Amino acid sequence: MVDKKPSQGLDPTLAQDMQGPVCPVPLQHEDQVVLGHGSGGKLTQKLIARYFYPPFDNPYLMQGDDSAVMDWPHGGRLAFSTDSHIVSPLFFPGGDIGRLAVSGTVNDLLMVGAHPLWLTAGFLLEEGLPLSIVERVAASMQAAANEAGVQIVAGDTKVVQRGKADGLFVNTSGVGVVPEGRDISGRRAQPGDAVLLSGSLGDHGIAVLAARGELDFEAQVVSDVAPLNDLVDAMHGVGADLHVLRDPTRGGLATTLNEIAHQSDVGIEIDETSLPVNPAVEAACEMLGFDPLYVANEGKLVAIAPEAQADRLLEAMRATQHGQAACRIGRVTTEPAGRVLMRTALGARRVVDVLSSELLPRIC
Amino acid sequence: MKYVTEYRDAQKVGLVLDDIRATVTEPWVLMEICGGQTHAIVRHGIDQLLPPEIELVHGPGCPVCVTPLELIDKALAIAAMPDVIFTSYGDMLRVPGSGQDLFSVRARGADVRIVYSPLDAVKIAQQNPDKQVVFFAIGFETTAPANAMSVIQAKAFGLTNYSILVSHVRVPPAMHAILGSPQNRVQGFLAAGHVCAVMGYWEYPPIAEQYGVPIVVTGFEPLDIVLGIRDTVRLLEAGQVKVENAYARAVTLEGNRPGQAVIDRVFASCDRKWRGVGVIPQSGWCLRPEFADFDAENRFQVAHIQPEESPLCIAGQILQGLKRPGDCPAFGNQCTPEHPLGATMVSSEGACAAYYQYGRFADALPEHGAGNPSVSEQLVE
Repeated sequence: MVDKKPSQGLDPTLAQDMQGPVCPVPLQHEDQVVLGHGSGGKLTQKLIARYFYPPFDNPYLMQGDDSAVMDWPHGGRLAFSTDSHIVSPLFFPGGDIGRLAVSGTVNDLLMVGAHPLWLTAGFLLEEGLPLSIVERVAASMQAAANEAGVQIVAGDTKVVQRGKADGLFVNTSGVGVVPEGRDISGRRAQPGDAVLLSGSLGDHGIAVLAARGELDFEAQVVSDVAPLNDLVDAMHGVGADLHVLRDPTRGGLATTLNEIAHQSDVGIEIDETSLPVNPAVEAACEMLGFDPLYVANEGKLVAIAPEAQADRLLEAMRATQHGQAACRIGRVTTEPAGRVLMRTALGARRVVDVLSSELLPRIC
Repeated sequence: MKYVTEYRDAQKVGLVLDDIRATVTEPWVLMEICGGQTHAIVRHGIDQLLPPEIELVHGPGCPVCVTPLELIDKALAIAAMPDVIFTSYGDMLRVPGSGQDLFSVRARGADVRIVYSPLDAVKIAQQNPDKQVVFFAIGFETTAPANAMSVIQAKAFGLTNYSILVSHVRVPPAMHAILGSPQNRVQGFLAAGHVCAVMGYWEYPPIAEQYGVPIVVTGFEPLDIVLGIRDTVRLLEAGQVKVENAYARAVTLEGNRPGQAVIDRVFASCDRKWRGVGVIPQSGWCLRPEFADFDAENRFQVAHIQPEESPLCIAGQILQGLKRPGDCPAFGNQCTPEHPLGATMVSSEGACAAYYQYGRFADALPEHGAGNPSVSEQLVE
């Protein structure tokens, strides 16, 4: 027996009668930190804009790029960046927290056109952590530093009580020098520029998720974590006027492109069919309800440069180890400023938004 | 992935769209039942490619969206109790109850874990005999077999520390509610392929006949969806009231009989409140008396939690296809996926979230658009 009349929980005329926004303010998560504040998406951006930008406000910080670039009193320009690394598990296919910590900061320096020179390393160790793990992580950091041509020249160690940290956290800071005449920034994307991507999307995020084991799925995916010196050096080598470089880490490509569109006040249009995704990553995303556009990468970059130089750049990128699958994924447009659009495989267009909070697996 | 990619082939989709254009002669309003279909439609832009005569309205098939407020408040209360491990599908964590969500409860120290299957929750219960493990058993017919199986397993293992908080809903009573409404505009249904994979579609011919609407079982990939639309439009244009299956690679008339048997062993029909809609008689499933021990509402003292829903979110009317997301003045400004006001903005299957994520600000907000901050403005507000 079924009641044919639906219960009306609401007065159907209500919404029509409302003049402008009248809804009560929803959950703001403004009283405490939630994990979404660390997602790299909108909550992270709001946290920084509200709590960190106002007290620290200065022109270098407000550049909003992966590294701050400062005039050095003795000539030239200095790039400076820092990055804290937490990852569970500490070791995963393709890398570990040490390789991640070195690559993250080196890549942030590379993304402003700097030549990375020196790193510092800060370790937070949890009581009970086997020292063999410390040894392995340190060895991995040095191997990555060798690959990137940097030295780890200072460090710090703190130990916290068991249960107060997840094994091992690593912070790295790094400095590098920006050669004369180079101006690479998220503010320099110009209508007509080509948008290039150095390789496949989502490998790191899915590799770590699979290695975590708690979701009971296995995937033959290897993290892409790597310092990208070879790739970036090759790109500088062709003498192109690189406008923007950025590594699409937390929040994925979608979030990175939105940041650039916002910083440069331009539109960015990407083609769905051009986006490279490894079949295993695509399958894992299908199963988990993730979009590879929002999954983290740790060894990829987005480059924006004049269209006339795009082919030369792509050729140079593809000749390097970390840019073999480089491709053109879209273009910079005038409108709609601050937005990223996607031309879908079917030929429709839609907005590609910033990751809002944590990536959540969906119900079915 | 090959099996999926074939169903995203732009050329094949284009041919079916041509077919639809050639078939349609008058305006038709179709409802896709399932939120997964809504998202696929907006994500791939299928609605932009349809002839203007065809209007798609979005159905109530988002299990996260229709879970009533009091169940969410009960979940929050149970999760906050000491020695409880609260397990849930991921997208339930962001649904606001009265004042907080599972993220906030977790941030205050509750042990809230995302699982992919209730059978994982049973494993957690086995591994943590000193804790009470609760699974938030929401969903349509699709998730019911696994949720039921978790109870059967827990009973077989003799577990006394596993229970489920049940909020199961069923599609056919919701279709009756929509079609029986005096405000109904729906002339044809795309039935939810995943639900039909479990239940078959033997329940639908009486509905089609009673209300004179064709129903076509439809899948989730672009080609599946345009095929479902084409078949529905063909039936409408021919004046035929029939139930057809455009998702034969996954769905049979009788469905998954063992799955249905498992559901029937554990659950019985009951009245169920749908968030924003109200109580629809016999529209849910509850645990049978012999499994009452596994009912989290019995195990924990939460019966007194009966909050009132904010009367302002129009999710209920969106879920019934009476309104579109843009008809809500809060859409895109106060109500966004990171600060959802209603459940339809929360789930990856919710219609408001689909509109927001895939950028329907312009056409969603004809009257209120002036006050709608752009995405970039929201970033720096």
